[in-house]
Amino acid sequence: MSSIANKLVLDFILYEKEEWPNSALMKFKTTEILPEIFPGQFVQVKVEDSPETYLRRPLSVNFIDRGNSCLWLLVQKVGPGTRKLAALALDSKVNMILPLGNSFSLPEPKKESGIQNIVLIGGGIGTAPLLFLGKSLRELGYLPNFLLGGRSAADILQLEEFRLYGKVFITTQDGTLGEQGLVTEHSILNEIQVDRIYCCGPKPMMQAVASLAKKINCWCEVSLENLMACGFGACLCCVEKTNKGHVCTCTEGPVFNINELLW
Amino acid sequence: MVDLSVQLKALRLKNPVMTASGTFGYGEEYLDFMDLSRIGGIIVKGTTIRPREGNDYPRMAETASGMLNAVGLQNKGVNYFVKNIYPRICDFDTNVLVNVSGSTVEDYVQAAEIIQELDKIPGIELNVSCPNVKEGGMAFGVSAKALCQVVKEVRAVYRKHLMLKLSPNVTDITVLAKTAEEQGADSLSLINTLLGMAIDAEKQRPKLSTITGGLSGPCVKPVALRMVWQTYKAVKIPVVGMGGISNTADAIEFMLAGASAIQVGTANFIDPVVSVTIAEGIEDYCQRHGLKSASELTGALRLD
Ligand SMILES: Cc1cc2nc3c(=O)[nH]c(=O)nc-3n(C[C@H](O)[C@H](O)[C@H](O)COP(=O)(O)OP(=O)(O)OC[C@H]3O[C@@H](n4cnc5c(N)ncnc54)[C@H](O)[C@@H]3O)c2cc1C
Ligand SMILES: Cc1cc2nc3c(=O)[nH]c(=O)nc-3n(C[C@H](O)[C@H](O)[C@H](O)COP(=O)(O)O)c2cc1C
Ligand code: FES
Repeated sequence: MSSIANKLVLDFILYEKEEWPNSALMKFKTTEILPEIFPGQFVQVKVEDSPETYLRRPLSVNFIDRGNSCLWLLVQKVGPGTRKLAALALDSKVNMILPLGNSFSLPEPKKESGIQNIVLIGGGIGTAPLLFLGKSLRELGYLPNFLLGGRSAADILQLEEFRLYGKVFITTQDGTLGEQGLVTEHSILNEIQVDRIYCCGPKPMMQAVASLAKKINCWCEVSLENLMACGFGACLCCVEKTNKGHVCTCTEGPVFNINELLW
Repeated sequence: MVDLSVQLKALRLKNPVMTASGTFGYGEEYLDFMDLSRIGGIIVKGTTIRPREGNDYPRMAETASGMLNAVGLQNKGVNYFVKNIYPRICDFDTNVLVNVSGSTVEDYVQAAEIIQELDKIPGIELNVSCPNVKEGGMAFGVSAKALCQVVKEVRAVYRKHLMLKLSPNVTDITVLAKTAEEQGADSLSLINTLLGMAIDAEKQRPKLSTITGGLSGPCVKPVALRMVWQTYKAVKIPVVGMGGISNTADAIEFMLAGASAIQVGTANFIDPVVSVTIAEGIEDYCQRHGLKSASELTGALRLD
């Protein structure tokens, strides 16, 4: 699904923030009307006053409330740009380009037959787009299963929010929360007949999920996080090799069906 | 009223602002953000005679006030451009120039001949300066002998505006500039990206798949400005300046140093409407300085 809405350059105000040692949930609002945004789409954020950060930073839309023109970003502090963003004071102004990229393919509204069990697998900050996706699936009548993985309990964010829209399953590598191990090892994957998988996280994790999906012959979409310069198809820096050759992950992605990828 | 139009030989631009090849796609990528008729011209993506897959990922590394790229001229080839892209963009109300690249002189000549047939394309920008492809590109731009041959042979077949894009990866850019002028180039654009490199200290590996790549953005501006100035003094044909231009003041500086027009490149990624902002800014600048036309700025650097 490609975005139909025109891309806009909009100013937002940070009105609420929740911070953890390695990340922050940042809630923004704008005085403009938000364009239609689909789960899986992202924004390009301009980071002011960070000399190391020349280019904008791509961040997934974590959640939107179009009625109130609110948009949430979940930011992991990995370098100067994300640290600067996460440190912003309330009422700071932030400029974004949006909406960018394609989106996760949503199924038809739930019926008696057809797709029943959908699993949304997120690793680390890769859980960011899954909240919005889960909400959209819930509105289509599904009860999504969120399978969230991290190194330890501190990496598992937004539990309360996820529980609003579906069932939550957790793995941590150190066993501090949920089952110990990797997401692909969680028992839920053996207990239910999985009809559909959506996945976002570090590349090795997504590749493990993709090979699991292939093994059980399950439909699966992943969201890539290739390095980007522009975010809107102008520079050709963000390419992924697919069965169609090099394609831009910022316009034809970031979401891909695993059958398109050469992994 | 300020007359913002500038002439590059017979090619008239409604204002001095163009967008640089490889940073502006085919213009279509910017239609949501801006009205293309507000700028003097756009230079579309590097086009080659045959399709090119480009280099492997990763192709980009951010640097202090700039970026390195190693896209490697990914494009679907000139015939695909003619059939599929040209019909979509030919009605843009601005000058659309095609940036042409090749591995052999024959490649350049053939591509130029094909593009010549397109009514709505008033000129080409010959890219003899791409640092990101192994089998040529920059080789033509750093040797006066090779440059002489490619310009001469393209000029022999191409009758519209022939802009030649110079590489900064040379000891004396004026030697190349004069060669291009002698062989009949109508204008010179500069600079292309500066050959650079980035390393990930933790991983002890290069950040680009090609190890080296082309540096652009504000960090190259002083070098670009110096080269525009040197070139302006060395040739009589118009010079189109670029390299790190991000705002009106940058654009004015390039014009004062001798540029008749300017191109905005990497800055488009950060602010997709910056080219329009600069065009408006130039008008405002001229008004404030009592200039009747933007072309009065070219080479107006005061040295007294
Ligand atoms: C479509 C898309 C959606 C994204 N969504 C989110 C999100 O919702 N929340 C979030 O926190 N992050 C997200 N990211 C990743 C985020 O863009 C990067 O972490 C950020 O750009 C790093 O900027 P920095 O200045 O803090 O760090 P830098 O100094 O640029 O980099 C610090 C370290 O992070 C690595 N890094 C940088 N960019 C990326 C990347 N794109 N992918 C993987 N590693 C990277 C670098 O290699 C380096 O080791 C997304 C990326 C993409 C492409
Ligand atoms: C991602 C990227 C791709 C580019 N591709 C081309 C190209 O195909 N042909 C070309 O002549 N120049 C290409 N360039 C060079 C620019 O047109 C310009 O010369 C250079 O970036 C300096 O200007 P700037 O600092 O304003 O970007 C590219 C630059 C970038 C950043
Ligand atoms: S980031 Fe520029 S084309 Fe995708």
